[in-house]
Amino acid sequence: MSSVPAPATQSAMAIQMHGIVKRFPGVIANDGIDLDVRRGEIHALLGENGAGKSTLMNVLFGIYAPDEGEILVNEQPVHFSGARQAVEAGLGMVHQHFMLIPRFTVAENVILGSEGKNIVLDRTAASAHVGEIAKAFGLDVEPDAMIGDLPIGLQQRVEILRALYQKCSVLILDEPTALLTPQEVDELYKILHRFRDDGGTIIFITHKLREVAAISDRVTVIRRGKTVGTRVTSETTSADLAELMVGREVLLRVDRPEATPGEPILSLRDVTCVGAHGQTSLDVASLQVRRGEIVGVCGVEGNGQSELVEVLSGLRPALTGTCHLGDTDVTNLGPNDRRSRGLSYIPEDRHGRGLVLDFPLWENTLLGNTERQPFVKRFIINGRRVREITRNLMQRFDVRAPGADVHARNLSGGNQQKLIIARELFRNPDVLLAIQPTRGLDVGAIEFVHRQLVEARDSGKGVLLISFDLDELTDLSDRIVVMFQGRIIAEFMSGAFTRTELGLAMGGRVADEQHAIAS
Amino acid sequence: MSSTPSRARNCLVTGLGPIAAVVAALFVGGLLIAITGSDPWEAYRALFDRAFNGRRAIGETGIYAAPLILGGLAFSVAFRAGMFNVGVEGQLMIGGFAAGLVAALDLGLPAFVHIPLGLLAALVAGGIYGFIPGFLRATRGAHEVITTIMLNYLCFRLLNYLIQKSSGWLPVATQSNGTERAQPEARLPIVFDGTRLHFGFVIAIIAAIVLWYVFARTTLGYKIRTVGLSSGAAAYGGISWKKTIIIAMLLSGAVAGLAGAGEAMGLHGRMYGTPTGYGFTAIAVGLVGRNHPIAIIFSGLLFGALSAGAPGMQSAGVSKEIVSVLQGLIILAVAAFEVAGRIPGIRKFVAPPPSAVGPDRSSDDDSDPDTNTTRPSVAI
Repeated sequence: MSSVPAPATQSAMAIQMHGIVKRFPGVIANDGIDLDVRRGEIHALLGENGAGKSTLMNVLFGIYAPDEGEILVNEQPVHFSGARQAVEAGLGMVHQHFMLIPRFTVAENVILGSEGKNIVLDRTAASAHVGEIAKAFGLDVEPDAMIGDLPIGLQQRVEILRALYQKCSVLILDEPTALLTPQEVDELYKILHRFRDDGGTIIFITHKLREVAAISDRVTVIRRGKTVGTRVTSETTSADLAELMVGREVLLRVDRPEATPGEPILSLRDVTCVGAHGQTSLDVASLQVRRGEIVGVCGVEGNGQSELVEVLSGLRPALTGTCHLGDTDVTNLGPNDRRSRGLSYIPEDRHGRGLVLDFPLWENTLLGNTERQPFVKRFIINGRRVREITRNLMQRFDVRAPGADVHARNLSGGNQQKLIIARELFRNPDVLLAIQPTRGLDVGAIEFVHRQLVEARDSGKGVLLISFDLDELTDLSDRIVVMFQGRIIAEFMSGAFTRTELGLAMGGRVADEQHAIAS
Repeated sequence: MSSTPSRARNCLVTGLGPIAAVVAALFVGGLLIAITGSDPWEAYRALFDRAFNGRRAIGETGIYAAPLILGGLAFSVAFRAGMFNVGVEGQLMIGGFAAGLVAALDLGLPAFVHIPLGLLAALVAGGIYGFIPGFLRATRGAHEVITTIMLNYLCFRLLNYLIQKSSGWLPVATQSNGTERAQPEARLPIVFDGTRLHFGFVIAIIAAIVLWYVFARTTLGYKIRTVGLSSGAAAYGGISWKKTIIIAMLLSGAVAGLAGAGEAMGLHGRMYGTPTGYGFTAIAVGLVGRNHPIAIIFSGLLFGALSAGAPGMQSAGVSKEIVSVLQGLIILAVAAFEVAGRIPGIRKFVAPPPSAVGPDRSSDDDSDPDTNTTRPSVAI
């Protein structure tokens, strides 16, 4: 993705933040941050979760007052006491969680807050005006559509549209790609480039290195509330940035010795099932994982991956076909019976499935282990023992928390995921299902998770990895199978395929006979 | 490592909210009393005297507190599983009626057999009456708030019918609008001489301790709490939502039935067919006690004291309805503090601050539509 070279280097400054300090009770979120953003550039603000990025932007946007430091917009000092003043000064912000009213139309949402002083709202005019702006900036949205009916990607455009409607010249986007599909991300990039090329300035908050390379002209890295450096994107590498961000050298590529697969440990044969809405979601799917290998499942989201996991873990019944763990037929067994037969499962949804956020860590260690010694004996929970196990796991898996009685809610995403992985590996399973195990994690945590998966493989476990991140899949998998419309249609051995082949297969086209799987 | 201090702190912090709420409610109540032209100090002192001053007064408070504690426990058991049991009143009355019938029978049994038999009848009858809405919710998706309200009415009418029409084959006393007087062997003994405080109060305390143990230490309690907090995580952990809510409702109804048994075999010596109202105040007791069994003992005592002290206020020249107003104010204040705890700016004053290990992550991504969205805030 080639970004147009940064505009003239001597152009005026759009945003200058000097020595920003913002303290919260017990935490210094921003500890003397400097940020200079030139007019007409896309400036990435890179840092791990919790580094202070969002706080900094909330300070800039007038939502928080800084405890120290000064802010200049267009080289004029400003003291915003609220978001409205920031908007008047030409700033626009697209939050990670959209601030839209689902029961309002696009136009109604866009004019919200700037609807004027007239008592009667001229909807037709407003709608037409919004439509014009949308067209002018290449934002393809229907002004009269209801927000609730729009996909996430379009809702985000409405947020951008609102900023543009308010005549913003500096657009701040907080982790804008978190909820988007790859196609939607590409569309977003186009919109942002266009805005930049029209003279607009963009601050792009992210913790993903790839996005920095793809979209930004310059990048400022912050770590633990401090600025650690500003670079011209084209003159730096991902490895450099990762090191700046994490504070130590990070392995971006997984060190993965050759696999030595053993006997089959997980087999799915001709399984059919229906999804949550009664649609056929697995359509005579077959799959096998052997000991000592990582099998990656690749495919566009919504092609049966979720159902595949649910059938494998015992959460969803298979209508036809069988599921085996080793030689044991587990087709009709529930989640805990499969656990006791050697299955572990790192779910996709950390907050909704993998953890009970309002439980302390030790009670989360208990999840899925309620029928197992030494956690439980005759329906009585051995709290002391479970706490001990939890503390042990926290140490071994580097879960950073003050103790086993801290609530899971208070942990960062990375530490939450580490706890889940620790719990699932504690049983020493034969099979590990990992679904999007690194989604939303920062670089350091991703490295950790990847290493754990490879270690599990090397210790003779079968690993099934489902991910929508192609890089992750190709980096980790010894074998990749492609899911399309509820079936496994192709198989690729590690290193023996091109990305194009994989992409085509994801779209349902398998060109080469040797990769195709007959159904 | 730091488990004990942090647990102690959590306990303290979760306890402070309701206490502050009660203080705030008493303050506002005092203003109201002042507006009506009476002296708040006098009124509160009269209330306090009537509820606590002397053996007999404390006994009266205990009499009111016993069914409220048991009712509050009943409500909280269901609430922990994410179920809002408005049917405590009906379960209490059905349980009490069953106990009253068994107690009235001349079985020629000694007290140590007859009393447990009566309690058992209450547990079973209340349990069945709680099971019904649980079962309907799990299998048919019928919301428990609707079904329990309907079952309350069903219970009132059913008891009326039985009391009026079945004197031939059931030990009911139509002219007293209740069951026949309990056999002396089936009466719950008085705990303190010179008071009317009966053994039902002890049963309430025992029930609270048992439930505390169940929730803190057993897999059943763990399953109920998991289901209540995150049905997605429960499914993942191999915990059946259906089974668990049915069990929780059954348990809830059984505990409510015990409250009725206290009335039937203790205080009155018979179960009357008129609604007691305890089952509804019990919801407030459960909520003010934050659904923690031990805290419910205290909130039950608080509401018991208010009820017991109401006549005292009246004799001080304040309408005793002001006590109902106070109860309402306490509920509102607790709810207000609860809501305030979710507003980030205020949260840090009323709830534990996010620990320094990472940003506070609030999340509502519990995808299962079956989950009750009321999030109990509880502490073990």
